[in-house]
Amino acid sequence: MTTLAPAEVELEQPEEDEDAEHDRPWIVIVWNDPINLMSYVTLVFQKLFGYSLSKATKLMLQVHNDGKAVVSSGNREKAELDVARLHSYGLWATMQRD
Amino acid sequence: MEWSPRIDRAPDGKIRLRIPGDERALLREVADELTSLLASNDHEPALERLFPSAYEDAEREREFRELTRAQLESGREQAFEILRRTVDEDSLSAEEADAWLRALNDARLVLGTRAEVTEDLDWNELDPSDPRAPDLAVYAYLSWIQEELVEATLAS
Repeated sequence: MTTLAPAEVELEQPEEDEDAEHDRPWIVIVWNDPINLMSYVTLVFQKLFGYSLSKATKLMLQVHNDGKAVVSSGNREKAELDVARLHSYGLWATMQRD
Repeated sequence: MEWSPRIDRAPDGKIRLRIPGDERALLREVADELTSLLASNDHEPALERLFPSAYEDAEREREFRELTRAQLESGREQAFEILRRTVDEDSLSAEEADAWLRALNDARLVLGTRAEVTEDLDWNELDPSDPRAPDLAVYAYLSWIQEELVEATLAS
């Protein structure tokens, strides 16, 4: 993510959890990217998930500083819906089994 | 004289725009360009940034794309349509402001990906004769106005 005064953060590549076919919930991960504004990412987390400003900001900073953050979880259908909604706002989101 | 922000939130929840005509003309141009890009059959690699993979597994990813791609595309076309339709307005509804945010962000994603923007891009080092300079100038402007719009939206 970026601010109008960008900082330095390494990009990480998504990786899949290979462990399959258990009925564990899926997690939705948002990955850091060099373009999305930090303020915008915070706003999107609030809009899509109803998170408070402090929770949304904490997740945004986790994405920014650690390269990724788990932003939601649930069954496969819910996770796919969340990923698609995040993609509609231009965030780089993937999903995998917890 | 009292200073007013260029973009702010009115007491009735509308987002007020005080931006000059040349900026509005640029925004219309950006909306037109992105609309043609989305409609075009030419493969513009930067467009793929708008449709990231959800799964690493190829089969699941194919199913996910089948399920979501058309809807994501039409949502994006609608957002640019709303931007174009309301670009000369003095105020935006919450829905219109949301469409502006998504449209501005999509345009930044495409321009930024095309120009290979990195987080440590040094704007002071940028050479005006760099072939990426025109895209980057528009990108920087869009970043600025998007930030203003986010701040106005958050002030609720």
